[in-house]
Amino acid sequence: MRSIFLHLHPVKVSESALKLDRTFGLGGMAAILIVIQIFTGIMLRFYYVPSPASAYDSIVYLKEHVLFGPFIRNIHYWSGVFLLLIAFLHFLRVFFTGAYRGVRKINWLFGLFLLLLIVFSNFTGYLLPWDQLAYWAITVSTNIIGYLPLGGTALHEMIVGGKELNAGTLQNFFTFHTALFPLLLLTLVIYHFWRVRKAGGVFLPQKSEKDEMVPVMPNLVFREFIVALLLLAVLFTSAALFDAPLLEKANPAYSMNPTKAPWYFAGVQELLMHFHPFFAAFLIPLAVIIFLAWIPFMKFGQEHNGHWFISDLGKQSSTVTALFAVLVTLSGILFNAWVVNFEILIPGIPAIISNGIIPLIILTVFMMGFYLFYLKKLALTKAEFVQAVFVFIIAAFIVLTLTGIFFRGKDMELSFPWKI
Amino acid sequence: MSGYLKNSVKTETPGVNSLSRRGFFGMAWKGLGILVGLETLGMITAYFFSGKNKNTGAPRQLLEAGPVDSFGLNSVSAFMGGRFYLARQQDGGFIALSLRCTHLGCSVSWEADKNRFICPCHSSAFDISGEVLNPPAARALSYYPVLIENGLVKVDIGTLKERTRSGKDQLSYAP
Ligand code: FES
Repeated sequence: MRSIFLHLHPVKVSESALKLDRTFGLGGMAAILIVIQIFTGIMLRFYYVPSPASAYDSIVYLKEHVLFGPFIRNIHYWSGVFLLLIAFLHFLRVFFTGAYRGVRKINWLFGLFLLLLIVFSNFTGYLLPWDQLAYWAITVSTNIIGYLPLGGTALHEMIVGGKELNAGTLQNFFTFHTALFPLLLLTLVIYHFWRVRKAGGVFLPQKSEKDEMVPVMPNLVFREFIVALLLLAVLFTSAALFDAPLLEKANPAYSMNPTKAPWYFAGVQELLMHFHPFFAAFLIPLAVIIFLAWIPFMKFGQEHNGHWFISDLGKQSSTVTALFAVLVTLSGILFNAWVVNFEILIPGIPAIISNGIIPLIILTVFMMGFYLFYLKKLALTKAEFVQAVFVFIIAAFIVLTLTGIFFRGKDMELSFPWKI
Repeated sequence: MSGYLKNSVKTETPGVNSLSRRGFFGMAWKGLGILVGLETLGMITAYFFSGKNKNTGAPRQLLEAGPVDSFGLNSVSAFMGGRFYLARQQDGGFIALSLRCTHLGCSVSWEADKNRFICPCHSSAFDISGEVLNPPAARALSYYPVLIENGLVKVDIGTLKERTRSGKDQLSYAP
């Protein structure tokens, strides 16, 4: 076991790769959480019954009659939440330190795919308790697929196994969640790590003379051990203090108010409150994913140098762009909710125009203004400019997500978290 | 496999146009490989698409709702077991409206004092015939065909009909 573990490491590692602020150990933490998910997931499977009639009861049984049952379930729940958060932070880290250039191009794509895989592992797991929360969150989320152009309805019916959630849906999700996705995840994560090693380990800025190579054992291994212990401590504490949610058993005749998508889709859900589904659930996410996948293949005259945020100018432009993104997104949300709703204002025209093209044009005008009056004047390099675009997307996404999670109350009206 | 193929193609005498024997077999192997790939893909697609659509060809499932006269004009009765509302219009026509909001599938509820169906999820509203009164929903509520035989209202809950607008021809009248 020990030798297998050590085999994943090189013999020596550069001293500056060991600095905590180089990686924050995020990739390693994600790997640990995946292992925990597999262990606790298998344990849960010994009790869980994947059928609408018994799924809920099997979890109640687990909670009430199984020693450590609730604890294992809580660990699985929190570890899933942490995994998604940490994988997301890891993705930000890799982007801002430029660890996606050259030989690492392909690994960036695998990383993006892994991130999506983690999202969908979470999503398919969300349905399994078959309680009101799960049933309605998955209902609204899967129904979005029906709005996709070209065969959206067929795709929706295939994934759900019918027009609305049924035993087939649960079986599909169960198979995705406990067989297909873990298998893919495990294989690809190992491959992901192997490619990092093959690329020469952690990506570093231009080497300084003093950078010494030190043996991995104990230098790196010891640090990994500490990170792992801290992570486990936080995870187990959360699992001991906060229970994974379980509401009443799913009741297809009665919707929850509000019905919210799972928290990682709260951003898309918030977007859906303002845009026609074709834009909110298809065009905008697709454009973002294409942009992200394309990043390492763009020709930057001058390469990313490996420093956090590239340069001081990079830092400054990122900060201002982030502030601008927060401002635009927030005011967009408030404006649409309180001042003008084009779908109601101009009811005669198709929703795809009133609720899609018009708001999109308005947003584009604001972004163009920001570009002309700020970004353009800074004379950024291409890498710094792409970084600003990235920052805009991420900041807007975070604002949308937080709004969806914390500021949507009854009837999905805007309200404050303490009133929900 | 592909390394072998590349080699076999390279060994062709340069400048000779006709296909050498090795080149021919190389192509044959490639063709065969593609064929196997396509067959597998076809099989997987067929496997997933054929079994999943359990709705097609379902026999009529009639649910007896009650005698015609027990439903007042302009009234809505909930049949949660069958997942529909039986709505009798002002002119006496019946329609069995699906509970499912056409926006993202939540269950709408009939609010008699407001005379409309309201969806708790994103506040779409529908009138008694299922027509949209308030977005984000864009399509009228789906419905199940209603049959009236011997003064009894029956609903075919095996056949869900989707529609964009509500119309008179979707209503059923007692003869
Ligand atoms: S699901 Fe009914 S309004 Fe959105």
